[in-house]
Amino acid sequence: MPGAWRGKANVFKDIEHLIRLAAVMAIALVAFVVLRAAVVPRSFGQYGHYRGAAIAETAARPVAFAGHDTCEACHTEVVDQKKQGKHVVVACEACHGAQAKHADDPASVTPPKLDTAIVCARCHEANSAKPKGFPQVATADHSGGLACDTCHQPHKPKIESAEKTTAGGMK
Amino acid sequence: MQIPVEGFMYPNEVELQWSILIVLYPFITGLVAGAFILASLERVFRVEAVKPTYRLALLTALSFLLVAPLPLQLHLGHPERSLEMYLTPHRSSAMAMFGFVYLWYLMAVLLLEIWLDYRRDIVEKSQSSTGVARLVYRMLTLGSINLSERSLRIDERLGYFITVIGIPSAFLLHGYVGFIFGSIKANPWWSSPLMPIVFIFSAMVSGIAAVMLLYMFSTRLRGREIDMRCLDKIAQYLFYIFVIDFSLEMLDLIQRIYEADESFRSLDFMVHTRLWVSQVVVQILLGTVLPIALLGVMQIVTVSDAFRKRIYVLAGCLTVMGIFAMRWNVVIGGQLFSKSFLGYTSYKMAFATREGLLTAIALLILPFIFLLVLVKLLPPWPDAGSVPASGATPAHGTS
Amino acid sequence: MDITRRRLLMLLPAAAVAWRYVQAGTPEAAPNYKLTEHWWGMLIDIPKCIGCGSCVRACAEENDVPEGYFRTWIERYHVADWKIERPDVESPNGGAQGFPPNEIDGKNFFVPKLCNHCVDSPCTQVCPVGATFVTPDGVVLVDKTYCLGCRYCVQACPYGCRFINPKTSTAEKCSLCYHRITKGLTTACCEVCPTGARQLADLKNPKDPIHEFLRTHTVQVLKPHMATGAKVFYNGMDGSVR
Repeated sequence: MPGAWRGKANVFKDIEHLIRLAAVMAIALVAFVVLRAAVVPRSFGQYGHYRGAAIAETAARPVAFAGHDTCEACHTEVVDQKKQGKHVVVACEACHGAQAKHADDPASVTPPKLDTAIVCARCHEANSAKPKGFPQVATADHSGGLACDTCHQPHKPKIESAEKTTAGGMK
Repeated sequence: MQIPVEGFMYPNEVELQWSILIVLYPFITGLVAGAFILASLERVFRVEAVKPTYRLALLTALSFLLVAPLPLQLHLGHPERSLEMYLTPHRSSAMAMFGFVYLWYLMAVLLLEIWLDYRRDIVEKSQSSTGVARLVYRMLTLGSINLSERSLRIDERLGYFITVIGIPSAFLLHGYVGFIFGSIKANPWWSSPLMPIVFIFSAMVSGIAAVMLLYMFSTRLRGREIDMRCLDKIAQYLFYIFVIDFSLEMLDLIQRIYEADESFRSLDFMVHTRLWVSQVVVQILLGTVLPIALLGVMQIVTVSDAFRKRIYVLAGCLTVMGIFAMRWNVVIGGQLFSKSFLGYTSYKMAFATREGLLTAIALLILPFIFLLVLVKLLPPWPDAGSVPASGATPAHGTS
Repeated sequence: MDITRRRLLMLLPAAAVAWRYVQAGTPEAAPNYKLTEHWWGMLIDIPKCIGCGSCVRACAEENDVPEGYFRTWIERYHVADWKIERPDVESPNGGAQGFPPNEIDGKNFFVPKLCNHCVDSPCTQVCPVGATFVTPDGVVLVDKTYCLGCRYCVQACPYGCRFINPKTSTAEKCSLCYHRITKGLTTACCEVCPTGARQLADLKNPKDPIHEFLRTHTVQVLKPHMATGAKVFYNGMDGSVR
């Protein structure tokens, strides 16, 4: 029926601008989907809503502290000395700092000598917030300004007799 | 730079995370939502009196909406990665929804409504103008120059339908910002189910006041008569919505004071000291109580048109300033106190950096530049006279 | 450290792995590490903490933490008599250089803090792009190549353990030394803690001493009313701790 058909054609003509608009939006949507497929990292969503590869990347960071097991593998004489005293529970790197580089290359990377006045005071300087049973002293009164290793051997801190150890140095 | 801390704060809390740019963002989207609601008053709720501001309100909304993502982009540590919010949005995050809500509102509501309302003008201008302007108008027609009765009627119906959808969309555009804050259980200054509602109502207040001021200013600039019936109607709606907004904020405050939970003592001290000027003086007294009083009195007493206009200008300016202060107090205030409730920090606003005061001022000026371009491109006012001709007009919007 | 059963169990493979790493020179996750076999947490024994700051310094060195920001820190509390809701708290530079000596009467103690690696973590909930997440073995990590630096996660953390690294402009926080624990080592903070106040715990390992400890001691988590599913357990924690 020619009349009805002309009516239908007119409808399309009258919404032509909307159809064009819809076409623009459809193209934009397709472009977005294509972009997304190209740009989103492959491992995204592997374990959850995140880049799965990030887990392995985080785990692959180099370590700075070797861990006392590594130190003890070589420094067995220190281990024996520590076993006789209270500092057996203190990890090597707690005082000596991060030594993974030294463990990697013991010859060229040597740990610096420690200043016991600073290192020991961090734990043992008296403070009202420290647990009462923990050994702590007011260092000014206790040693009158002398370095701690004047009398104490850090790897075996208890002084067995009134004799001093080698003055000013660690054994 | 050393930031002075009073009391105790967790070490990582001392430096503020969200700066003045994040104060700007809800302020700007608030203006968008509010301007749109004013436009919808006429289109959907048939408040004929405000018709002269219909197109201006839409263009104002668009100008601000275009600027809205800028403070966010400038604030990000990696703005070049912001596309990730579209590519891999985390559905549990309110912030991830920003990209889609914004895009929806821009494309499917605002641009579409403006395009449909202006289509006749665009097609006519694409045939009558020359040079670059002609090119721009021709692009805007999308190649279709059909202006038949039926096509215009279809535009009208579709425009109405879009405005109806646009109202909840505008609420969503700004309400979700309130939810971004309101859903953070870690922060008691923000955490509240009232937050989205308060944001929406204060947005409406600021948007309506802004359009009212722009209407008065632009009409004066063009040397025309201000339609007082329109202006009075706008001021009336501003008054009603402001009363609701104020009631909501007072309800929140009273409940907090009454319940006095774990955070109360810390927050109360903060309001009395660090937020005293911005919250009590600027936001509440000058920015809310005074404009409500002024607008309320105008509802009751009869004064000359000239006097009323001045009162409206004053009330409008105070309102916009007060709503900005509200955003400041929410965003900055929420970061001034420690989550341990034992201390406070300060906000050291930079000046000429990416997140500094200068940038903020520039971002506030930019929408008006966009508006200037838009009103040149798509004039929102009738050519002859400013009072709309009574009687039927064939296409909606050419008031 | 005491030679406990756990230590012995970790000693041999840890030494083997560490030695292999030392010899190889290039770090990578232990090849036999399975994500589903672990569920990491930590135990903090407050009566043992002496506030020496070794953990804070070790963490900063192990993880390149920038100056002025903290992946872990120590707070010193002073509670006067019955005023549990108003403690005096301080944390000078996060406790990295220890605390200045003082003589105050009353209840004083140290509280080490770090990311609690929450099961229902609010920070991962709010990340808009999926740059921070909970791994299948229970560690909350940040993917710094994906992070936008929007700071929403920093706002959402109730414990204040997150910050933005000024060098990378991305969010950062304690990673439970993920690069160490996946190689059979312990975290840097637990390694250097001289009193054993901090101990890494694998909640999925039936032989881990934490299970016995949790059964026989009164433990808490920080801010339990936030229902974050925190996995850092505090023994002997006073009610004044915020």
